[in-house]
Amino acid sequence: MTDVTDLGIAQLRDGIRIGSFSAREVADAFVVKVSRAKALNAFIVETPDHAIAAAKDADAARAAGETLKPLAGVPIGMKDLFATKGVQTTAASHILEGFKPVYESTVSQRLWDAGAGMLGKLNMDQFAMGSSNETSYFGNVISPWRRGGGDNAPLAPGGSSGGSSAAIAARVVPGATGTDTGGSIRQPAAFTGISGIKPTYGRCSRWGVVAFASSLDQAGPMARSVKDCAILLENMAGFDPKDSTSLELPVPKWEANLSGNLRGKKIGIPKEYRVDGMPAEIEALWQQGIDWLKDAGAEIVEVSLPHTKYALPAYYIIAPAEASSNLARYDGVRYGLRELAEGQNLQDMYAATRAAGFGDEVKRRILIGTYVLSAGFYDAYYTQAQKVRTLIARDFENAWTYCDLLLTPTAPSAAFALGDKSADPLAMYLNDVFTVPSSLAGLPAMSVPGGLDKGGLPLGLQIIGKPLDEQGVLDAGLAIEERAGFTARPESWW
Amino acid sequence: MSVDTATVKKVASLARIAISDADAERLAPELNNILGWIEQLSEVDTANVEPTTAVIPNTLRLREDVVTEGKQRDAVLQNAPQGEHGFFTVPKVVE
Repeated sequence: MTDVTDLGIAQLRDGIRIGSFSAREVADAFVVKVSRAKALNAFIVETPDHAIAAAKDADAARAAGETLKPLAGVPIGMKDLFATKGVQTTAASHILEGFKPVYESTVSQRLWDAGAGMLGKLNMDQFAMGSSNETSYFGNVISPWRRGGGDNAPLAPGGSSGGSSAAIAARVVPGATGTDTGGSIRQPAAFTGISGIKPTYGRCSRWGVVAFASSLDQAGPMARSVKDCAILLENMAGFDPKDSTSLELPVPKWEANLSGNLRGKKIGIPKEYRVDGMPAEIEALWQQGIDWLKDAGAEIVEVSLPHTKYALPAYYIIAPAEASSNLARYDGVRYGLRELAEGQNLQDMYAATRAAGFGDEVKRRILIGTYVLSAGFYDAYYTQAQKVRTLIARDFENAWTYCDLLLTPTAPSAAFALGDKSADPLAMYLNDVFTVPSSLAGLPAMSVPGGLDKGGLPLGLQIIGKPLDEQGVLDAGLAIEERAGFTARPESWW
Repeated sequence: MSVDTATVKKVASLARIAISDADAERLAPELNNILGWIEQLSEVDTANVEPTTAVIPNTLRLREDVVTEGKQRDAVLQNAPQGEHGFFTVPKVVE
């Protein structure tokens, strides 16, 4: 008897379609897994009724002989950054605690329209600000992975989509939504041995997604295989007139066209990504990835992205600047928390509400953003960062004259222990060194698991593609997946 | 350029975040550290570079100038911490 919770999105979808098991059995099995995984703290809200209702619909449709929807009866997790109608949506913050949107985000609506059900709202770094899931108001997410040798130190599941990555790696959900501003899908995917793709900026609607940095934020899927990511992405992406940056383009058939044959493709290896102090294991994995892609028929070329080292500082001007503006809406008037002492005026109420409602990292970034946008500093910081962003995007455009895709490590290390970097914001920011440049350029990029480090923790490889070439990214991801044979999974302790 | 506690307090007031003296003392070196690191951007020659305004070439769409949604007062007010007579309520603004 197969444990359905070991199956991925494609297997669940196909199994329900051909009647190997009912959607209700699937939903029930995952609901039990969710309820038993509290030690991971991956969920802020559990929504078994939503998943079961979708399963009932799928089973009824099948019994009636109807054609099933693309994700009929497949249950997933929803990052708490997506507004879900009638279900608390907090972005893992205190300031939005109790907020129940009266509308549904476009991405989540598309998934429900495709027949998927929701197991719950997944924990994350507060307002998607963090790389370790230590900034949530609802507590840290604990990675299901542990280092070998009796080291039981709780590890970071990555961030900001750490509830998503932890729940998928632990087989508590078969797939989930994530959002990626500077690497928030890819880095947690790498830390937990799963796959995740950030599509081209504009592929997925940002409508109803709690905004962090609007020129960077992009939703994407996280799952245990490249094919599962392709399936979920097909059902998340698409034009939305409600988002002015949404691309008015058809959604390609990524799943049907998936191929791990890279004959005729040129893969660029950016020399600037060989950063000082990179662990030998990451170097070795990168070389292994190069060999795998060669084996898949690709030609390897060295390329240069000369402004790489400036991407991170540019990001930490642009993202906080946009965040300081986006988060101005949380002021205690229209929704969320209100702090108002007797005799206080409106300005006092704003300041007290925001002081009580935002966590330390969110406040830090709002202050940086406010500072770099303030009179006298705007040109020196913000305008300069946006000019550097142009140069970073040009580096990529130039690279595309030599190659079709880029291969890099996803993160400069394996998962670190919770608490290891939380005292030093800068050390935490440096974790995003490989994921941020492609975010600044709006490019599609994916992380797939490549292997384990000597402590038995997953390491990821990143593929970056040209604008709109999600197919190329997914294909190269599949080529790695087929060769890496990554089957390691965390031992259950939760 | 160094950020002192007075600057932190000024920025916090612009950001509408109440902070204590102790918070300002703690934040000043943190922000200095981050802003000091960001300073390296100044070494990039950007004399003839246009700042990025849109990541992916995409023209802004215009919609018909018509009312598309309305009459949703109750939905709009539903999550308000305090509302009265169909309005958001805030502390007295005019003495």
